Amino acid sequence: MSWVVLWTDALLFALAAGIAALALYTRRQEHLRRPWRKIARSRTGVAALTVLAAFATIGLLDSIHFRQASNGQVVSLLDRWIEPLRIRSEKTYSAPFATHLYAREFQTLPDGGKAWLYPRLQYGGAHLQDPNDRWRDVTQRALLGGGKGAAVWLLLNMGLALILGLRRLMWPPWATVSLTLGILLVIGWTVAELSLAYHVLGTDKVGEDVLYQSLKSIRTGLIIGTLTTLVMLPLGLGLGVVAGYFGGWIDDLIQYLYTTLNSIPGVLLIAAAILMLQVYMAAHEEQFTSLVVRADMRLFFLCLILGITSWTGLCRLLRAETLKLREMEYVQAARALGVSHPIILLRHIFPNVFHIVLISVVLDFSGLVLAEAVLSYVNIGVDPTTQSWGNMINSARLELAREPVVWWTLAAAFAFMFTFVLAANLFADVVRDAFDPRRAEE
Amino acid sequence: MRIILRFAYLWLLWLGLSGCKGPLNNPYPAVERDRNIFYAALAEFPKHLDPALAYSADEYSLINQTYEPPLQYHYLQRPYVLTPLTAASLPRVSYFNAQGQKLPESTPADQIAYSEYLITIRPGIYFQPHPAFAKDASGHFLYHRLTARDLKNIHSPMDFPVLASRELTAEDYVYQIKRLVHPKVHSPIAGLMQEHIVGLAEFAQEIEHRYQKIDPQEFFDLRPYPIRGVYALDRYRYVIRIRGKYPQFKYWLAMPFFAPIPWEVDRFYQQLPLIERNLTLDWYPVGTGPYLLAENNPNRRIVLVKNPNFHGETYPSEGESADTSLGLLRDAGQPLPFIDEIQFILEREFIPAWNKFLQGYYEASGISSDSFDQAIRFGAQNQAELTEELKAKGIRLETAVAPSIFYLGFNMLDPVVGGLEETKRKLRQAIAIAIDQEEYISIFLNGRGVAAQGVLPPGIFGYLEGPQGINRYVYTWKNGEPQRKSIEEARKLLAEAGYPGGRDPSTGGPLLLYLDTPGGGPEDKARLSWYRKQFEKLGIELVIRATDYNRFQQKMRVGLAQIFTWGWNADYPDPENFFFLLYSKNGKVKYGGENAANYENPEFDRLFEQMRNLDDTPARLELIQKLTEILHRDAPWVFGFHPKNFTLYHGWLANVKPNQMATGTLKYLRLDSKQRAQLRAAWNRPILWPLYLLLLGLVIGWFPAWLKYRKRMHETALA
Amino acid sequence: MTQYLLRRVLYAFPILVGVNLITFALFFVVNPPDDMARMQLGHKHVTQEAIEKWKHERGYDLPLLFNTQAQGMQRLTQTIFFQKSVNLFLFRFGRSDSGRDIVADIKERMGPSLAIAVPTLLLGLIVNITFALLLVFFRRTHFELSGLAACVVLMSTSALFYIIAGQYLFGKVMKLVPISGYGGGMSAIKFVLLPVLVGVVSGIGSGVRWYRTLFVEEIEKDYVRTARAKGLTEPKILFRHVLPNALIPILTGVVAILPLLFLGSLLTESFFGIPGLGSYTIDAISRQDFAIVRAMVFLGSALYILGLVLTDISYTLVDPRVRLE
Repeated sequence: MSWVVLWTDALLFALAAGIAALALYTRRQEHLRRPWRKIARSRTGVAALTVLAAFATIGLLDSIHFRQASNGQVVSLLDRWIEPLRIRSEKTYSAPFATHLYAREFQTLPDGGKAWLYPRLQYGGAHLQDPNDRWRDVTQRALLGGGKGAAVWLLLNMGLALILGLRRLMWPPWATVSLTLGILLVIGWTVAELSLAYHVLGTDKVGEDVLYQSLKSIRTGLIIGTLTTLVMLPLGLGLGVVAGYFGGWIDDLIQYLYTTLNSIPGVLLIAAAILMLQVYMAAHEEQFTSLVVRADMRLFFLCLILGITSWTGLCRLLRAETLKLREMEYVQAARALGVSHPIILLRHIFPNVFHIVLISVVLDFSGLVLAEAVLSYVNIGVDPTTQSWGNMINSARLELAREPVVWWTLAAAFAFMFTFVLAANLFADVVRDAFDPRRAEE
Repeated sequence: MRIILRFAYLWLLWLGLSGCKGPLNNPYPAVERDRNIFYAALAEFPKHLDPALAYSADEYSLINQTYEPPLQYHYLQRPYVLTPLTAASLPRVSYFNAQGQKLPESTPADQIAYSEYLITIRPGIYFQPHPAFAKDASGHFLYHRLTARDLKNIHSPMDFPVLASRELTAEDYVYQIKRLVHPKVHSPIAGLMQEHIVGLAEFAQEIEHRYQKIDPQEFFDLRPYPIRGVYALDRYRYVIRIRGKYPQFKYWLAMPFFAPIPWEVDRFYQQLPLIERNLTLDWYPVGTGPYLLAENNPNRRIVLVKNPNFHGETYPSEGESADTSLGLLRDAGQPLPFIDEIQFILEREFIPAWNKFLQGYYEASGISSDSFDQAIRFGAQNQAELTEELKAKGIRLETAVAPSIFYLGFNMLDPVVGGLEETKRKLRQAIAIAIDQEEYISIFLNGRGVAAQGVLPPGIFGYLEGPQGINRYVYTWKNGEPQRKSIEEARKLLAEAGYPGGRDPSTGGPLLLYLDTPGGGPEDKARLSWYRKQFEKLGIELVIRATDYNRFQQKMRVGLAQIFTWGWNADYPDPENFFFLLYSKNGKVKYGGENAANYENPEFDRLFEQMRNLDDTPARLELIQKLTEILHRDAPWVFGFHPKNFTLYHGWLANVKPNQMATGTLKYLRLDSKQRAQLRAAWNRPILWPLYLLLLGLVIGWFPAWLKYRKRMHETALA
Repeated sequence: MTQYLLRRVLYAFPILVGVNLITFALFFVVNPPDDMARMQLGHKHVTQEAIEKWKHERGYDLPLLFNTQAQGMQRLTQTIFFQKSVNLFLFRFGRSDSGRDIVADIKERMGPSLAIAVPTLLLGLIVNITFALLLVFFRRTHFELSGLAACVVLMSTSALFYIIAGQYLFGKVMKLVPISGYGGGMSAIKFVLLPVLVGVVSGIGSGVRWYRTLFVEEIEKDYVRTARAKGLTEPKILFRHVLPNALIPILTGVVAILPLLFLGSLLTESFFGIPGLGSYTIDAISRQDFAIVRAMVFLGSALYILGLVLTDISYTLVDPRVRLE
């Protein structure tokens, strides 16, 4: 077994480390702690953050890759954890909790005759003697799983109570965290228990478990949402502040740059970039030997190009803000005292535009996750072998025209994406309310 | 006040929806309801309608209604036979030696220097009405010197005030053959035909030379330059001279490449003002066929209407034995065509097209694998049948194996999978066993295919059914059907090839093989992961190298691909058109030909050269069997499958018989538009109650909302 | 004013050159003329000779940016870039690689695009403003909270879902409208209904929230407080003071996107089979018809810049304090 570090893995963890460092730094700065306290007081904000954290944990687990010694495949920790889901694939479609395939097959009967029947699934509900017994079994398992989840939650709460004291635990934000966590645990454990015996969300055209796909898609969504901002931040922040602060020909140049980029329809730019990557990969085949690496490269490149097309908005905002700040007395004073430009930028400008950056980053996040789905439809999104909600919805489009309709892929992708984006949107709202100085007094 | 407005709005909506005649979801104007119009969905707009350029099934399904080459395939008879279309009879072929002496028919192919095809066309055939033929009283062409001003309000050639016609002559056929090598036309078969037709290559050089001297804006008349091997004997007879013996040439004479183009039309369409308005021969064909193209809007639709000058063909009166009982001969001897108008409508996405077919707005439809369960189920004897739902609608199913083959090719120039050594052969044979085509057909094609045992699809001369026909390196014959060999045997072969357990001894890891493929939509994803699974059975890791189409083509051209999937659709129903795909002189890398696997086996080449010139005799059959055996052993391809086309037709359509070779078949169809209008109305009754429910909800919800509003007003007034 | 306009036009020039340069670089790296030729000439029996001819006819046999074979200025002018760009600036888009006149196609496809985009925009404005006003009217009540929550829910739903669900429900199950397609004249109405509905619904979430913030900002201003103190009723305040003042940013925002309406929507048009400019562009990308892509990108950029100018002008019209220099 050997570790494999993909580009996106490394960047994702770098980003996580960066966020952690920022959090530590914030703890020591009183003026930065105030808005965060406001966020902590908001129940929606805390609940949304907990849900996001749960998604992020899954995403991060899915970003630790290693090569299996047994067959040389590259898998992630998450793959190992939910291995049963990954391995137990059926032949083709099966509905959620089904015991039989969704399509009939030509089968030889015990008496030697032949007929078109719905065959039993290889894994889903295979333990059942009598398939009609299924719903009783499902209920039992669900209760069992839910019970286990609740028990773990209680234990966790007891542990927290010992550390924090019961009073603090009863107080927001901890109560909200605990409650959200409780709901997540119960749902998670129920699903986990059930998924050992059934395909909880059914299987897709080649028999892969839809739940597995949905879970794997989290990482893709997370990466698109976060790494894109990582690309766009230095561009938007650097150029925006510089343009606003220095003015003159620098400003003109940067304005020219972003007007030009802005006026090209984004889809065309993305399409061209993705095609270019393919050209590069075709020319340098030796660097992209495995499927995982190729798919990862494309994902990374998509983040890159999305970042390049979307930094202009932030840049414009920051330029306007810096123009205002430049005229402020304290900046003028610093300049009169002969403080060098980099120091002024670092000390006086950056801290005062920080809230704009934060707000626009959280606001953009959900939009980017949604954009991935649309791009995949036009075939310029992530690699077709990458699990993503966009790819799932895309194939579900065809399934919806089937009769009887195959609804579960669409439903699963929609539900997961919706939860994720909803949590992100709610959190973004709270962050905006907390950091926007205009709303501070509300 | 607002409540009244809201009611008014809903009432207007209802009026707007129900105001039009017939079903609300009818995509066609109400006036077309009872008219005898055939509606067809086009997934992609044809690129070319010029008969010298068109080369795809989509394009043929359009232009073959308009253009008439000398020959056509018989609509009903099987195996496919050629019958005269504009010709009076099948071409008379005679053979000559190098000295120009006529040789008897039985002369061996290697002694024949050239063959001569004499084609006689029927007199009295007229072109469709077209401005290119229009003349004034003094006999000058009216529209051969057009200016931009003349083209006001002209959107299609049919808009010109004067349309005229002219009789079809042998010269028109000769003119089109000249056009095949016109320096500006770029016909896809220009290169191929220069090899076959005597004098065409020299002719091409000459006009290339002449063409450079003239002003490119001007009309370049091809008539003054003769081709040595193609000429008209008189008004109705012309001769085509072919190098050596090439019995397959007759099939080319049934393709629109050899349809007639009058010089007047070429002259007409060379005018710059017309070109600027997209009025070109590539968009507006001019033919002698049953239909003429009246409207061509590449953004939406193409409309064909009956050609008033059609020469009057009649429905065939003989067919296969079963055709009488199927009612296919009921119209025997009736004048063609039966349908007045054909509308091809652009429908990019399959799902809307399929749903519209079910609603009765298209006459025919294919079946995608996702709508398969809805349409087809399999009966007791494993035969495909329609589901009750579709049967109740009176829909009929027609199936036919296509003259095509899909395969997984190995690049024979590749150091890992290529080469004719025993170990390499065994590697390929092992893979051939491991890839379970039957499963592929059942998952991705819903059983709409036949696992291939060799290059030839059923229905082509040389295809053998039963135990003699199977690929014995991959199958055994058991219980009256071919049985795929077990994976253990494949593993054994793999071990013998030097990769025990799929391990590559040079790296110690699993053997890495690469599948090169274009595209990569969601449809492909499932397919590609299926291929990976097949190779995993042997412990081989298959890496998918997906690129865009151009990149893929580039790789194929320079021979950098390793394993690829590819298909071939026959030009004509002859085994030569399949085996040539593996002939070394057609190697993709060396000669830019169609042998994508770059297979090169001298023995195969030798036998192929013998086979291709023979008529369908037992000697030819024997050669084909030898060729097949070589291919089975060398396994340059994993023989995939021959797709089986399932097409659904509505009950109001008569005389439907799938014909895989002929495409100009719309003239045979009959349509009952009365019945269609009734059924459409019955199938498309709108469900309006949710709208009424919404209305009711609004009415009921109004009162509490009003209360709330009053309360709020009260609150804010106090605040 | 005229001076300002002149300056804007002059300023637009380098931007368009930049845009052109970027599209050129991107598409020629990806897709050299040889590949374009192969794409257009089809798959069977294509010779290198045919490709050279194709390139020559369309002027793709020149060097890309710099011609070392030529003399003086011709080094720059005898290139693909120069030759093709000059025509673009004169709005002579020429012929597509498949041989059709691009201007004629664009003219024809503009109508369907507008038929979808204009009603969607207008209806969306009306619906969004109405809901936003309602939310403001009922501010700090449960109605507002649930309304905002509904907005977040609507925003969190993928646009793809609205399209798929709309076609399934109204086209397939209820049979109220044709599933896809387009017709000329009055018959266009039935084809346009569903795409417009989908367009409006998918815009409600973000639209209502955005307009609400504008209204709330306005309502907290001092003059509104004064008006209220004078005893004006809430609807009167909303309609007489808040709406007209908040309308300024709304309208200037709309003006900015007006020219871009011509370009249509990529997604909606290809899903509903509408022969507009959006699907034209998507098709051109997938067919790698560089001439069309170039023309559409150029048109898009030009319209974008036009939008910027229009915004500036509309500012001066609604707010006399702003003056263009």
